[in-house]
Amino acid sequence: MVDSAIRVGTANGAARGGLHRLMRRKSTIAFFMALPLIALLAALVAYPAGYAVYLAMLSKSMERFVGFGNFTFLFGRDTFWQVVYQSCLFAITAVVFKAIIGFVVAHFVHNIPAKGQRKWRGMLLVPWVIPPAMSTLAWLWLFDPSYSAFNWVFDHIGIGRVPWLGEAAWARFSVILVNVWIGAPFFMIMYLAALKSVPDQLYEAAAIDGASWWQRIWYITLPMMRNIIAITALFSLIVTFANFDIVRVLTAGGPLDYTHIFGTWAFRVGIEGGDIPLGAAVSLFMVPILAVAAIFILRDITRRGSEV
Amino acid sequence: MAQVTLRKVVKNYDQTPAVRGIDLEIADKEFVVLVGPSGCGKTTTLRMIAGLEEITGGDILIGADVVNDVPPKDRDIAMVFQNYALYPHMTVHENMSFGLRLKKVPKEEISKRVQAAAQILDISELLQRKPKQLSGGQRQRVAMGRAIVRDPKVFLFDEPLSNLDAKLRVQMRTEIKKVHQKVRTTTVYVTHDQVEAMTLADRVVVMNNGRIEQVGAPNDLYHTPMTKFVAGFIGSPAMNMIPCRLEKAAGGLRVTLSDGVSFPVPEDRTARYEQHLNNGQLLFGLRPEHLMDAHAHANPHQHPFDVTLEVTEPMGMETLVYFPINGIDICARVSPNAGAQAGSRLRLLADLDNMHLIDDTSGRVL
Repeated sequence: MVDSAIRVGTANGAARGGLHRLMRRKSTIAFFMALPLIALLAALVAYPAGYAVYLAMLSKSMERFVGFGNFTFLFGRDTFWQVVYQSCLFAITAVVFKAIIGFVVAHFVHNIPAKGQRKWRGMLLVPWVIPPAMSTLAWLWLFDPSYSAFNWVFDHIGIGRVPWLGEAAWARFSVILVNVWIGAPFFMIMYLAALKSVPDQLYEAAAIDGASWWQRIWYITLPMMRNIIAITALFSLIVTFANFDIVRVLTAGGPLDYTHIFGTWAFRVGIEGGDIPLGAAVSLFMVPILAVAAIFILRDITRRGSEV
Repeated sequence: MAQVTLRKVVKNYDQTPAVRGIDLEIADKEFVVLVGPSGCGKTTTLRMIAGLEEITGGDILIGADVVNDVPPKDRDIAMVFQNYALYPHMTVHENMSFGLRLKKVPKEEISKRVQAAAQILDISELLQRKPKQLSGGQRQRVAMGRAIVRDPKVFLFDEPLSNLDAKLRVQMRTEIKKVHQKVRTTTVYVTHDQVEAMTLADRVVVMNNGRIEQVGAPNDLYHTPMTKFVAGFIGSPAMNMIPCRLEKAAGGLRVTLSDGVSFPVPEDRTARYEQHLNNGQLLFGLRPEHLMDAHAHANPHQHPFDVTLEVTEPMGMETLVYFPINGIDICARVSPNAGAQAGSRLRLLADLDNMHLIDDTSGRVL
């Protein structure tokens, strides 16, 4: 449409040179139409990213160019490797549990009669809808060693108090628990949509073919949901890996850096520690790891697109 | 292989009855078609035999066993669904072998059975394809293949041809019949298409409103329908039904359709019809193929009458003509050479050997 309209407009100017021909091309027009968005992305994404790379190559006082000095310094620090390990542990454990819980809950919700289903779906989405900084504050109170509901109950049933945020292992557990609590509803809603898209007749055919309940899930549900499961998990992996607010509010990285992940440690080093170039260097380490995940997602989506 | 028996089977959805107590015996190796309009309970009945629907009352037996509470996977049945229900993530081979793999049948045996079924259905070259790479007809074959390899006691077909185009439907119909002649498994087949029912079935079960109207061989249903519903449902175009009076006349009985049209009742039916002389709710039933143009060779029970045609529909091998009697549109099948044209007069012969008299109150054919 656009193409032909413009061709009519300039029909008698066909020999007016290369510039006109360039302007007439569909791709040129598309580029100009996308220009505002490209400018926005450049200002908000490309510029900060480039600036971070530049910052990461400065000295602590930001007066001297040190090249890869900050990176080599990080490689030599034990805390850095601890943060790498903790980030991976945090992201992978949390995503696995979010996926499993989301899958199970989605099944329960799927089997609720249509009438009551919306109500349940809405309620189950609440943890995901509340701003995480706020709900994490509530969890912070729940985890309080002396006055929290958890420890009060545990005290009364004779288990004794749990140092939720005071001990390395428990603190890691708590941080992951809160992340799972917030993130599982997202998996639930994605899986529920995927479950609804599996035709009932496939289950009926499988039932007649002799499949038990478990075999129906294994041979029908999971393969049919494979794409959604992969995309959701990878997407969540990126978001969880780059998490900041939960750890920041709950433990601020403590005790003794045992719950720091890339985001919070970069903040600690760069903003609180006053070494912005080193903080930038820390945060840049997320890029290659997240890029791998992003490539997988994009590849999967293109493949899915070509399948249909 | 096994017979299937339904005893007083009832199905209610909440308070709404879908199947109102049906009795049916399906013999071993028999091909039975359940036919009826949508909502008559035929699919529900099939799904109850499959075990996909719980039954509200009565008993279903496969072989000698009551299977009321047996889950579908233990009933040893195979079903072909309307939209095929092939597993989209599996190849044709995997689709067909799925049931056998679940049963842990040895690999060589599975392969042998899949090959054999593929041979019967002529889909050997498609075994490595995914369902989405197949045409509608091919998918239909794969769905049948999936049923055949299982070698079940009973085949269940749920309107398997309604997603195909008209030409393919006729072709697959023949295919299904051929397959049944080869494998001879007891088959229950559901359709709303009476032509499919007539052509495929050993016995047709006509259902209406959750009840069985009549069970019989295709020709019996056509020639001796027992109810008004069956008379109107079987045959295409449908049987003409015209309100009539039964009167005594010299030499026997007469049916009078309107002031101008009245026919003598064949003598062999006089005794049967005589008791209904005072019935004011009678319908005269005659199929369009038993109303022919007067040029055809006439016998003593074919009576001529003249009509003014309203609409003609040339079909090539025959022409359908429509005309009113007492405000009711009547259809007749005449020879294309009869020169039938809308608005013209035509002399028709009514073949009274094939007439029916229907009591409109009870819905019985007398």
